This record gives sequence, structure tokens and C-alpha cells, in this order.
Amino acid sequence: MNCGSDQVIYMDNNATTRIAPEVVDAMMPFLTDCYGNPSSMHTFGGQVGHAVQDARQAVAGLIGAEPEEIIFTSCGTESDSTAILSALQTFRDNRHVVTTRVEHPAVKSLCASLTSMTGHKHRVTSLTVAADGTLNLDQYRDSLSDDTAIVSVMWANNETGVIFPVEEMAQMARERGILFHTDAVQAVGKIPINLHDNAIDFLALSGHKLHAPKGVGVLYVRKGTPFVPFINGGHQEQGRRGGTENVASIVGLGRACQLAAETMEEENTRVRALRDKLEKSLLATVPKARLNGHPTQRLPNTSNISFEYIEGEAILLHLNKYNICASSGSACTSGSLEPSHVLRAMGVPFTAAHGSIRFSLSVYNTEEEVDFVLDKIPAIIAELREMSPFWAPEKMKQAGGDVS
Amino acid sequence: MWDYTDKVKDHFLHPRNVGEIENPSGLGEVGSLSCGDALKLSIKVENGIITDARFKTFGCASAIASSSALTEMVKGMSVEEAAKITNQDIANSLGGLPKEKMHCSVMGREALEAAIASYRGIILPMAQGEIVCECFGVTDLEIIQAIKESNLRSVEEITNFTKAGGGCGKCEDRLREILQATVNGLPVEPRKEEKVRRMTTLQKIKKIEEVLAREIQPTLQKDGGNIELVDVDGDFVTVSLRGACASCQASRTTLKEYVEKKLREQVIDTLIVEEAKP
Repeated sequence: MNCGSDQVIYMDNNATTRIAPEVVDAMMPFLTDCYGNPSSMHTFGGQVGHAVQDARQAVAGLIGAEPEEIIFTSCGTESDSTAILSALQTFRDNRHVVTTRVEHPAVKSLCASLTSMTGHKHRVTSLTVAADGTLNLDQYRDSLSDDTAIVSVMWANNETGVIFPVEEMAQMARERGILFHTDAVQAVGKIPINLHDNAIDFLALSGHKLHAPKGVGVLYVRKGTPFVPFINGGHQEQGRRGGTENVASIVGLGRACQLAAETMEEENTRVRALRDKLEKSLLATVPKARLNGHPTQRLPNTSNISFEYIEGEAILLHLNKYNICASSGSACTSGSLEPSHVLRAMGVPFTAAHGSIRFSLSVYNTEEEVDFVLDKIPAIIAELREMSPFWAPEKMKQAGGDVS
Repeated sequence: MWDYTDKVKDHFLHPRNVGEIENPSGLGEVGSLSCGDALKLSIKVENGIITDARFKTFGCASAIASSSALTEMVKGMSVEEAAKITNQDIANSLGGLPKEKMHCSVMGREALEAAIASYRGIILPMAQGEIVCECFGVTDLEIIQAIKESNLRSVEEITNFTKAGGGCGKCEDRLREILQATVNGLPVEPRKEEKVRRMTTLQKIKKIEEVLAREIQPTLQKDGGNIELVDVDGDFVTVSLRGACASCQASRTTLKEYVEKKLREQVIDTLIVEEAKP
């Protein structure tokens, strides 16, 4: 199947990323000749086991952890579930969980289900966010109580890119004897992370968000943290996660982590500059466009912009015409009839929430691509606004009311 | 990614009849910004024939395509003919719509109805019904019409066609009632008062006090302790331990293993007992 990947302008890297060619190269032997089981006693399998260990080392290296603190899983969602349910089983009497209103469904839906699990009914505090998507640490401190089992707060938000002060929050939790989990799926590989220096107990990451394949994730569990497995089975992952290892993907993830360490600086300089150029130009050239999320406390690759009075799916389909890939928080794209829970939690008005577009870049994007997108968007927005019944009154108001 | 037909894509990328007619014979405005889609349809009627139709739409691809297709359909029709157009006609003219997007065709039909009503100078009864879905402001009359017109058979279908129930989901039971009555050809009974499905807080408090007095307090008093009810909030029962219990190392175990267990057995099995903070 030809997907036309050489023609697309891919600016949807918070959804998933291209598998790096180096990662594919690293994986190939394990999809062909090296098919041994890492748990086998013979050399043929054992050497595969070594490759898994090397990958573990590479992952640990990227996030400042020890190899034995790394558990390979099937995805970020599994890692999140494992961490939270482990803490709740460890502290059975502590039936309180603290999280935020803007978590990814991996955490949000799990927490929502906790309040109704019969016999293990839990109380969940979902912290609110300010208009710029940031958390209030005083509110967080007040939310911690003696029966809080675990705090689960994402490191960076997938829709807006807003970064939360999880290191400070983890320290506050530790002082109260509460475990701290962070869904760092969007942060790992984009910003430096060093778990040696903080009090985070659990961290979830996902392979396909950092140029490794889909179907592999990691749960970091700090040494000494009580742990109850989510998937019981064989002694893989030191008995902490049963199931034969997804060897090729694990090896790929290891390689991707090495690459991420090498491109971290580029991500935070060149990619950031591209993102800033895209964002600044759009906000300057398109009237009634607004940035969703804190301007600086944010991932270097993400920009979430609302084009008021029009709807996101319509914008995306016009972009699709030019092979530009982005995403939207509008109702029609959220899989429900309401716009994204993140934008609603931030209090983004309906005029803007429905017309939000998220651009998320990677090291594979070029300046030419950004220029191409900048060339196309203003006309798309203007065309859809001409069609919108709410635009003409707004335009008149602007023309009449704002003469300066 | 939605699977749109080529006709939907064509109408979306090359919409026909965008705009507003000056001094229209009829004007229909439905939807709102908060709902995520809205349509303003203006028609020109001469000698009972719709000679022009224009639209402005805020919404997704299928909303824009439905509006565009609708304007093409009605042009040249008599008002009487146009009044018979159903949402299915609009969807059919586009070669079909994804089921989750059928409400876009319903929006087209509603705007047409409103435009014709405004031309005829009458007020539509729709808006006067009982608001069933508060998230999207959908009335029972609109829901009944959609059920009949499109032969809907489940709450999910009602949501796909009218958006009712697609927000908080609180109206699902009411939607089921309306669906059942309409399918059976019965008139829809007015909304009943909230049925008592669970215990009210007051009932809970009474029952909890009863169990405390009858069983729990006597047991604790034997050990020189006691317990008092402080508050009941939903399923959360706050109590205060007194006497020997207050300083007892095992008070937490007493609370969870004994008090909570007893209350769950005898009152309601979702209760959570917590100690009042000093």
C-alpha cells in the first residue's frame, strides 16, 4: 500500500510520529532472523534477551533512570492503568485519587471508572486549570489528603502542549507520603527529563510518540516503590509484566530513545523556531485567531490555535486537500458532539473551541513546509468565514467598533 | 476520518448558493455557535415558486454540504413541494451521510421548515415543546418528528439524528420513554417527576442512625468508646470516634472493617465511611 507519505506535510506529531529510518534498521533483524525468545536458555534466544537489555539501558538513559526501573508495556495507556491501579491496590484503605480535568483519556476514563467500581468506590479530585491551561499549586496542595493513594498528572498536555510542574508536585506528594504518577507520553523526547533528580514514582511513555513503532510503551517505577502487576503471567520484566516481549518494537524504542537524546537540542531550537514562526505568522495574519495555552510554559513543538466563528473539521478537510495533516478539538473531531474537554476546562468560548486546530511538529518538518502551510491557511479561513452566519456581524463590529 | 461520499466532498469544497438574499421572502435560522453547527437559510418566493435559495453555515463538512445540496434541491420547487422535503431526501441527494452526521441533514430540513414558516407568517410549534436535551436545546416535538420521519429505533439513533443525548447524557431515560411511546403509536406522557431510584440523603441518614444506635454504638460502648454521625454527603459518611476509640491505634480498622462493613450491609453497599478531620 502506498500511503503517499512523501507528499504529506505532517504536522500531527502529538497524534503519532513517523518511525525513524534508523529505528526501522535496528528492528529489522528481530523481525527476520533473530526470532528467538529472550527467555530461552539457548544462545539463539539469549542474544535477543541482550538486545532487550540494551534497549532498556537506552530508555533509562533518556529519562535519567536505572535500567531495572524500566518495565516494557504495550502502550502508554497500559502504563497509566498499571501505575494507578497498582497504587490503589497497595493502599487499599486510601480511596482518594488526585488528577486534572485535562488528562488524556488514558487517565481520565480510568479515574472516572474508579468512582463507580463497586466495593472499591473511590473519590477523585480533578484539578481545574486556568484560562491558559496551567494548574494552581495551592489548589493542588489543598486537594491532598490523608487518604490520597496516588496523584496522576500529565507532564505535558497533548492538545495545548502546556507543561505542568510535575517535579514540584511530586515533591509535595512525597512529603505527604502519597505516590505520584505522571503520564509523560508527550514530554519524553521533547524536553529533558531526569528522574534521578525528582520524586516522581511512576512515569508512562509511549513509543510511537517519539519515532518508535506503535504497540510499545514503558512504565518507569522508581526503585523501592510498592508495585502490583497489572498483567500477571510469566517472569518477564522481573515478574512485573507477564507476556512475551514485543522484541522488535522494544529494540526500536531503545534506538528511538538514543535518537531523541541526540535531537533534543534541535527539537528545542530549530523545531521550536519553526513552531514559533508558524504560530506568530498565523496570529498576525489571520484576524480573530487566538492561541490556546500558556505562551511559554509549553512543549517546543505544539501550537493550538483557534480560528473563531468556523468549525475545525471543515478546516482540517481543506488542509487535507493540500496534504497537510493537523488535528482539531472541535466537536465533530472529538468523537462526541461536544468540543475537547481540555479546551472546555480552560474555559475557551464556544466561538473558539469549535474552530481549534493543533499543529504539532517534529524534527522531520522543514521551513518550506511551514511556509507552504502559512501560504494556504489564510485563504481557507477566509473562505469558511464567508460561509459562516456568525462572521459577517463580527466583521462589522470590528470595522465599526475598532477604528484604532 | 469520516467517510464522506464524493458528492459530500464536492458540495463541501465547491458549495453552491452561499450567501444571503436581500429582503428574502422567508428566513430560517437554526442551531447556534455553542451547539457546533448553525444554518441560516434565506429563500425568495415568486408566485408560489422558490426562485432562489442561499445559505450560510457554521459547521463541519457534512453541515456545509447538506446546506449546499438543500439550496439546489429547493430552487424551482413550489413551496408546497419544498415543505415535503425530509432530512432523508437531503442525505440521499448527497449519496448518504455517515450515521453520526445525520443531524446535519436534520438541520437542513429544520431550516427549510423555518424559512417556509416565516414566508407563510406562521410560528412553528417545535420550539414550544418540552426541552428534553438541555445541552443542545432539543424539544420533544423535534425528537418525535425525527423518530417518525427516519424510523428511528434506538437512543443512539436519536442522538445521531437530533444530537439530543450527545452532551451530558442525562436525558437518555427520557429519550427512551419518548422513543417507546412514539414507536408504539402512543402519545408521549409529560415528563414524570424524578423517580426515586436511589435512597435520598435523608433516608440514608435515618437508616444510618438506626444502625448506629441499634448495633454499632452498643458494641463500641462495651470497649469504652463511641461513635457519632457528623455528616452524610452522597455516599460519603463522616463520623467522629469518641472515648477510647478516638485514641485507639486500631481506630482506622474499626472504621473500615467494622463500621463501614455494617453500614454497607444494612443501608446501601456503596457507602464510604470516613473519620471527621479534627
